[in-house]
Amino acid sequence: MAGTASARPAPARDLAAARRREERRTRALLLAPAMAILIFAASGPLLIVLAYSFLTPGDYGGVVWEFSLKAWFNVFAERDFFTGEIELADAHLSIFWRSIKLSAMTTALCLLIGFPTAYFIATRPRKTRDFWMLLVIIPFWTNLLIRTFAIMELIRNEGTVNSFLIWTGLIDTPIQMMFTEFALLVGMAYVYLPLMILPVYAALERFDFRLVEAGYDLYAGRWQVLRRIVLPLAKPGVVAGSILVFVPCLGAYVTPRVLGGGKNMMLGNFIELQFGQGRNWPLGAALALTLLVIVMAALIVYVRAVGREEGGRHG
Amino acid sequence: MIEIDRVTKVFGAGAEAFRALDAVNVTIRQNEFFTLLGPSGCGKTTLLRVMAGFVDPTEGAVTLEGDDLLRLAPYERPVNTVFQSYALFPHMTVAENIGFGLEMQGRPRDEVRRTVGEMLELVRMSELADRRTSEISGGQQQRVALARALAPRPRVLLLDEPLSALDFKLRKDMQLELKRLQSETGITFIFVTHDQEEALTMSDRIAVMNEGAIRQIGSPRDIYDHPAERFVADFIGDTNFLEAELLSKEEARAEVRLASGAAVTARAAEGGAEAGAVTLAIRPEHADLAPEGEGLLPGRLSDVVYFGTDTHFHVDLDAGGRFVVRRQNTPDRAEARAPGERVAVRFGARVGQVLRD
Repeated sequence: MAGTASARPAPARDLAAARRREERRTRALLLAPAMAILIFAASGPLLIVLAYSFLTPGDYGGVVWEFSLKAWFNVFAERDFFTGEIELADAHLSIFWRSIKLSAMTTALCLLIGFPTAYFIATRPRKTRDFWMLLVIIPFWTNLLIRTFAIMELIRNEGTVNSFLIWTGLIDTPIQMMFTEFALLVGMAYVYLPLMILPVYAALERFDFRLVEAGYDLYAGRWQVLRRIVLPLAKPGVVAGSILVFVPCLGAYVTPRVLGGGKNMMLGNFIELQFGQGRNWPLGAALALTLLVIVMAALIVYVRAVGREEGGRHG
Repeated sequence: MIEIDRVTKVFGAGAEAFRALDAVNVTIRQNEFFTLLGPSGCGKTTLLRVMAGFVDPTEGAVTLEGDDLLRLAPYERPVNTVFQSYALFPHMTVAENIGFGLEMQGRPRDEVRRTVGEMLELVRMSELADRRTSEISGGQQQRVALARALAPRPRVLLLDEPLSALDFKLRKDMQLELKRLQSETGITFIFVTHDQEEALTMSDRIAVMNEGAIRQIGSPRDIYDHPAERFVADFIGDTNFLEAELLSKEEARAEVRLASGAAVTARAAEGGAEAGAVTLAIRPEHADLAPEGEGLLPGRLSDVVYFGTDTHFHVDLDAGGRFVVRRQNTPDRAEARAPGERVAVRFGARVGQVLRD
């Protein structure tokens, strides 16, 4: 700054302009690392994926630099091997559908479990809240694979749940839970639950619980207080939590792989398959981009729907 | 009529137990502006919350027109509250806030709209009906909270220090506004405050509370002119306390001998000693200065403090202690007395109040 100070007092306008320049420079410097990461680590690879999706698969993986729309065609359709007719790629569509359905169900389940949990923690005395949050977060620090295997140990045919049920005499043959959509649902809900609890808790922690009393005072029962007062004010947390759970669920890879088996493949596994055994990198790239589009479309639809409910007042 | 019968509330247990209310008895009449007055922690808010249904008493009964209130959940009681923090719903407009209670009662839509309109008019907020509660001032929020609580036409309105967050001038306006609303709606108002002046200006009757118990119930005049106990006399207004000897007592009339030897007639609070040493309370403005040798208590003027509306004369009594006399100022009366002068304090018969304790 000493350099810019002149002997004569500068007019105020010059000083203001100088300060603005200074601020712009500081902001650019602070943003630089984030921008660098975005450009080189996110946009760059994305462009490569986009390019690959328009190329021809190599015989042993990789790509041949030859333009082709076949990968994109194959995302949704296939040519019958014998008759040459074009039909919808049922197998692909069912994977898409399963991924979206299970992600939505997982999100709903996480909300169903996570909201009461967050509410419980937010209404504890301030001193004990950190302890409860710690209990929520500790599993999150554990390796994803280990957590998934833990769930497997619970639900497999010789697992804890089945052994217990057989011991009590309620059933005599184990219930098949592994390698079902149920297993995927339970596993993903368990894995992603903290991502729901954290933002909902953050919203509820700021919530003024005196409003609950005001609701009761004005003839609202428990359910109405929840629906008319608590939920609308906790909505930013619920929206954030739902997005945080739904998005990684759509692309989940480890959990479906371990708990779902080959039968219940989800998009993440299917994409991996194309880059691995399938040796069809362009198709994998096209599928990955399709997933990205689905996620973005789902987010837009969701945020729009939630925003409209508000009557458009909150913008 | 609300009857509160031996209501006790103990928070916690064992060594940490805190007796917030200790066998409180009070009957509040229909259409009354009733004030619970006391220092913070005296139990007044707890008593209010017992009536609202947010606190379950450990013992005792609360009835409204003979109906047991304690059996009802807060949302079943024909009682509404104006909260100290207002507790307006931030995601609703002013009109939506006011209509919330009616809506929850399941009133028809057009009735809700009509009543909300009336309420907005009653509190003079019609122009701001569609504002969010965060977009209006503290005084306006206060009025919305009031309208919201009045809209369902409760039989009893509970007000928990609703004016404490307002600045002085606004508070004065709202005091009058509350009085007006109470007489216009005919609803029983139960008002909690620690501000004695607020209690005196607004109430039909006041219950002075301390340490979980009601110390005295009466009209503002009763409470101010005839405090029953030292706590009440001390908490409300300024008071001179004199040691005296009770000579005789017949119902509310007592003969006492002051430390100077002079005998005077005073009023006696119910209960308390029949003879012996007592404390006499006298308000500063109920006493006057007399030339030396004429009054009841001779002494030396130690301070003369000018307050604008009135002047305080501090007298060091020969018999010990200090007595303050307050005299209203008038433009044509020049105060000739100066500190150091010999004077006497005098007050009339039945001005002094013999305290229970």
